[in-house]
Amino acid sequence: MKKIILLVMLAFSAFLSQAQNATLKAGDTAPDFKLKNVDGKEVSFNSFPKAKGYIVVFTCNTCPYAVGYEQRIIDLDNKFRPQGYPVIAINPNDPEASTADTFDKMQELAKNKKYPFPYLFDAGQKVTDQYGAKRTPHLFIVSKTPKGNVVEYVGAIDNDPEGNNAQKTKYAEDVIAALKSNQKPAITQTKEIGCTVKRKAKA
Amino acid sequence: MMKIQKFSILAFLFVAFSFSAYSQNVKLLSIDQLNERVKNGKDSTYVVNFWATWCAPCIKELPHFEKLQADYKSDKVKVLLVSVDFKSKLSSAVVPFVKRKNLKNEVFLLNESSPQEYIDRIDPSWSGSIPATLFIKGDKRKFVESEFTYEQLLTEYKKL
Repeated sequence: MKKIILLVMLAFSAFLSQAQNATLKAGDTAPDFKLKNVDGKEVSFNSFPKAKGYIVVFTCNTCPYAVGYEQRIIDLDNKFRPQGYPVIAINPNDPEASTADTFDKMQELAKNKKYPFPYLFDAGQKVTDQYGAKRTPHLFIVSKTPKGNVVEYVGAIDNDPEGNNAQKTKYAEDVIAALKSNQKPAITQTKEIGCTVKRKAKA
Repeated sequence: MMKIQKFSILAFLFVAFSFSAYSQNVKLLSIDQLNERVKNGKDSTYVVNFWATWCAPCIKELPHFEKLQADYKSDKVKVLLVSVDFKSKLSSAVVPFVKRKNLKNEVFLLNESSPQEYIDRIDPSWSGSIPATLFIKGDKRKFVESEFTYEQLLTEYKKL
């Protein structure tokens, strides 16, 4: 009997650890967080009291795809923060596993590129795991509703990582356009190639 | 005048030949072609690694895949290295990389344009991050979205 209980517990903990890392989907509650910004202050959803929603993007200093999308992330913030949808960037990489993603290096990059949005350090990768962010860049669009903060879209910024297609589909912009007209976005999930989230090697 | 013409013809032929020789090293491959390759291939196990020339952890683990192929050739294992670099980088980045690293495995460049479609066709659990590796043995498919040490790769391979 003891063995069975142990097995059930093991199975359950395996299930839990998997569930922890599952990527959030549209309709899920977007967990709030309190993370240190490059300016030293802590940022959470409440840092933007007038926001109608948030563009949460897991991105980093190093990934060529993230670098390729950097300007487009800045543009998203410049365009949509005044409309109530600010960008909140979170670096999901472990700074020991990716030494160019330390807090100091994040401060440096944010300063050099004049990031208009917060760029947060996720100590222990806790928020990364709560959202189930798997790659950089990985975008989550969240809306503020009477029922709380709800995930509306998960995936890519657009379908043009190379940045040379004038006919690109701008997923993120389309989602916010739909939300602004009180509609549900037509596309709520996309996939794109990206860099894996860097973690310490498992013992 | 004749001389210049001859020279330019020679030069053209040289460039054309060396280009075709290069592009034979890295073939374009669609998902359909990959499935065909696995279905009709003579090997019993396929280890398909998705990588890119811009992906540091991918480059770090490529030697492990070279070693696996070299050490376990008699097992009828076939390693296929499928790059997800942009198609525009075939001759400027992928081919020179393969040459510089002297890769012995078969190298391909993924010839697909819609990640929405092809990522799920490789495996629905794939978020799209690389490195990622698909193991195929008969009807069994195992997909792993993470970086390997040689020991980890060998363990996954032997578990099949």
